[in-house]
Amino acid sequence: MYNMTIEDEEIDLLLNDVFEIYGYDFTSYSRASLKRRIIRLCALDKFPSFAELRYRIRSEEDYLKRFVEEITVNVTEMFRDPSFYKVLRTDILPILGTKPFIRIWHAGCSTGEEVFSMAIMLHEANLLKKSLLYATDLNPSVLEKVRKGIFPLTQMKQYSENYIASGGTKDFSTYYTANYGQAKLNQELSEKIIISTHNLVSDGSFNEFDLILCRNVLIYFDKDLQERALKLFDDSLGTLGFLALGSKETLKFSTIQSRFRQLDKEKIWKKMI
Amino acid sequence: MEENDLKNKFKVVVIGGSAGSLSVLFEMLPALRTDLSIAIILVLHRKNSADSSLSALLSTKTLIPTREVEDKDPILPGNIYLAPADYHLLIEKDYIFSLDYSEKVNFSRPSLDVTFESAADVFGPDLTAILLSGANDDGTEGLIAVKKTDGFAIAQKPESAQMPFMPQHAISNMEIDLVLDIKGISDFINSLATH
Repeated sequence: MYNMTIEDEEIDLLLNDVFEIYGYDFTSYSRASLKRRIIRLCALDKFPSFAELRYRIRSEEDYLKRFVEEITVNVTEMFRDPSFYKVLRTDILPILGTKPFIRIWHAGCSTGEEVFSMAIMLHEANLLKKSLLYATDLNPSVLEKVRKGIFPLTQMKQYSENYIASGGTKDFSTYYTANYGQAKLNQELSEKIIISTHNLVSDGSFNEFDLILCRNVLIYFDKDLQERALKLFDDSLGTLGFLALGSKETLKFSTIQSRFRQLDKEKIWKKMI
Repeated sequence: MEENDLKNKFKVVVIGGSAGSLSVLFEMLPALRTDLSIAIILVLHRKNSADSSLSALLSTKTLIPTREVEDKDPILPGNIYLAPADYHLLIEKDYIFSLDYSEKVNFSRPSLDVTFESAADVFGPDLTAILLSGANDDGTEGLIAVKKTDGFAIAQKPESAQMPFMPQHAISNMEIDLVLDIKGISDFINSLATH
């Protein structure tokens, strides 16, 4: 796609720089994806050689910010995989609703589309008031977007279709105000969202949750880092808590699998002990 | 990262297709030997629903174990792997799959270019990449990458394709090793499997 070849050893050097100088550890990210992202960034920012990318990252802290934003994948949508949300709505939320208080963690939430989808479903189930949704990501600039709750208006048609396919029965447009090509989600949806940076590579457990969602984040990690993150989720879930992963992600390579039981079809597991 | 044992090296065929490629597979898969000592990876443009019934459908056409890839599945000879809908399919140096939900490439996810390039990077001369019927230009850049790492590039004969544009685009823009009709493609894969 882009006319540049980068040796694996060069990527090692770069990742080492980023870790030593700035403390971000990407060394256990899936290398095939990372390599693509780095080559893409070189093309986007027109670096004539890899050495120049490396120099810029080493010498400019502001550019590091851009590097982190572009290396991590922040593509997401509201009610992605409607059948997954349907199961959440019909099977999981009624169980959570029996609790006096509901704690949910969206780990690696990116720009927050899935967090707001959850807030809408909790609202419709009359559970939002007694819920807290923790939205975390390693990247502060995507969290700024969660805080604003503003998304491109052009996306809303797709999101509305997803919402209906997930079992939503309201008029989706009542959840946002359209203005200048942007859709601002209603303030009441944001009130129970707690936003914080959290890095699945290096940070630990910070609370006990009833439901943890981490969808299409683990695909960017190698198996060792996946295991670390999954253990962290295990440590952060109460007994009978739920773990939700992306539609092609799995516990089958993890030691925590024996402690969890998968629900019928979707990638949702219940912690049994 | 753990290096793959050289003794365990095997040949890999990546087949990329778009509109009109399903009927090619329906004709080709039953003609394949079932004692394949190679791995076959299918990347097809299709509707981005999470529906996995395509792998079940393809399974009815061959006795070779055929399944849709999940993240970090290992690549083993004697299997057919199907890229899941709405993810790019990448390959790691230690012969395992990684999925990627980044931006569409050539308006496509999975993109044929993305998998061809990633496979070229890992399998080098052990790779054969085959471009089937389709109505867009995805795949050509990927085949160029395959040639660069000494892999082998095949395009479906445009006259035999329901949608000739995609293979024709590759033939016109790069040096293709072989242009084959459907029977030619299955014969070629069978010949790889016996070497």
